[in-house]
Amino acid sequence: MTDRLPGFSTLAVHAGAQPDPTTGARATPIYQTTSFVFNDADHAASLFGLQAFGNIYTRIGNPTQAVLEERVAALEGGTAALAVASGHAAQVVVLQQLMMPGDEFIAARKLYGGSINQFSHAFKSFGWNVVWADPDDAGSFERAVTPRTKAIFIESIANPAGSITDIEAIAAVARKAGVPLIVDNTLATPYLIRPIDHGADIVVHSLTKFLGGHGNSLGGVIVDAGTFDWSKDSKYPMLCEPRPEYHGIRIQETFGNFAFAIACRVLGLRDLGPAISPFNAFMILTGIETLPLRMAKHCENAKAVAEYLAGHPAVAAVNYSGLASNPYNNLARKYAPKGAGAVFTFSLKGGYEAGVNLVSNLKLFSHLANVGDTRSLVIHPASTTHSQLDDAAKIKSGAAPDVVRLSIGIEDKEDLIADLEQALGA
Amino acid sequence: MNHDNYDDDYIRGILNGVKSIAMVGASPVNVRPSYFAFKYLAQRGYDMIPVNPGHVGKNLLGRPFVASLGDVGRPVDMIDIFRNSSHIMPVVEEALQLDPLPKVIWMQLGARDDAAAAKAEAAGLKVVMNRCPKIEYGRLSSEISWMGVNSRTLSSKRAPMPTQGMRLSLDRTSVGGGETAASDRAAKNKNDLA
Repeated sequence: MTDRLPGFSTLAVHAGAQPDPTTGARATPIYQTTSFVFNDADHAASLFGLQAFGNIYTRIGNPTQAVLEERVAALEGGTAALAVASGHAAQVVVLQQLMMPGDEFIAARKLYGGSINQFSHAFKSFGWNVVWADPDDAGSFERAVTPRTKAIFIESIANPAGSITDIEAIAAVARKAGVPLIVDNTLATPYLIRPIDHGADIVVHSLTKFLGGHGNSLGGVIVDAGTFDWSKDSKYPMLCEPRPEYHGIRIQETFGNFAFAIACRVLGLRDLGPAISPFNAFMILTGIETLPLRMAKHCENAKAVAEYLAGHPAVAAVNYSGLASNPYNNLARKYAPKGAGAVFTFSLKGGYEAGVNLVSNLKLFSHLANVGDTRSLVIHPASTTHSQLDDAAKIKSGAAPDVVRLSIGIEDKEDLIADLEQALGA
Repeated sequence: MNHDNYDDDYIRGILNGVKSIAMVGASPVNVRPSYFAFKYLAQRGYDMIPVNPGHVGKNLLGRPFVASLGDVGRPVDMIDIFRNSSHIMPVVEEALQLDPLPKVIWMQLGARDDAAAAKAEAAGLKVVMNRCPKIEYGRLSSEISWMGVNSRTLSSKRAPMPTQGMRLSLDRTSVGGGETAASDRAAKNKNDLA
């Protein structure tokens, strides 16, 4: 018998979860506990020495979290995953495994503003140097490669303008440079784009957004594609050198194609500490069960709203790659055939003032700093998420002063359009 | 046999079928992957035999080391080879001299020798290359899911207890006799009325 590969929706409901052995509980229980008893002293030693699979302490792992991890790994087509407290925590933990002080990584210039901030300032104090490149030009990544380059970082659908990155072109650069490609897949989710299928070695998410989907719980996740060969040179000592933290074991040699996820857990999460709460893991896990249904609706609504705005006399431009006129439409058709996501920007002929008026006149859209909620959201990036950038950098990252960002929810699209209609006319 | 990608049923059939495993290159050093795998498989009930000429006279978790497969002295179902790819062929050739023949040749994570595999398969043996039996056992039982690993399995059946008899132990601390205070009071009231 040949193994049958279950479909995406089946995995979204079932992967990683099994009725509880003790109670038979069918929903995944919330294991709200800090720690787990050992069977005996030998079992404890085996767990601490990474010789046995099992639970020790919730800062290292938790059974509710483990179900979430396996589910996201299955949906992304990865070998393993690690859930952490937030998307930002995921990025710190990933880069801690790859970077030593003085090393460089190349990042796309169009990123979530919080990531631009984290890379430019917080990471600089660790001696991790970011080098910016243009996600619309794979050659700019190739030109930025130096002997100290340890990774390349891009977003599949870039925040805030919803532009689509040519993942395969940049993956080819990473392969040639011998460094892993990290893709932040938050805005696409694996329902729309599976970056591993296009050459990503590591996928990260803010689970807070579409995966959790309900705007109620923070979380982040790291997915190991199992594709990068950490053993081929000594470039990545966390993976291929004997680790003094674990009596000299080599993570790569011991854990094979899920070694990166293990390194993130036992060297990153254990020592840096950004654990996800079991309750948040449960909430996000519940959200993921309806991911395919929600994403289809998010995309359908986003396209309808984008088309409406594109025809409105007060609107100067709409940046939604799902529109045929958008410069990213060909990439959207290739990478995200099921839909171009639900986060996009538009600009108003009335400029900054008109943007501020629109935000304050909307009654159904919520003015807040998040995306990927069931509710429709609106924000003015230039004064909020991207406010730390100067005007030139704001324009380069897609957050010019006259730009308004929408995250379209799963309400009835007619009601969203009616709300925009009254706010634009007010 | 496609040695780039094994069906789960092939691996499951091997791990459910074999009882005794001779591990060539087993190490007594407790940070080596072979030690982890040996211990894990022994704990799962496999009859494990450590093979390593450098450690004859010593024991690995109570099992005496033997110098070579020929020295095992009893039939073995599977040979698990913890050696680099360049050292596989002589081990397979030695395994093919055994009588009775083993059923399975297993080459560890990172080890692959297609010529040796073809030779073993021609003699009717099953071959697995570049895999770890500990990881595969952990994956197919979903035990490895504790580590966030994608087991690539689904089940709607209640998972087996992680430790046999976990909730059936009688050695629990009792709180003030066999009954609750309320049931004691109810029994007393009943007696008083009677």
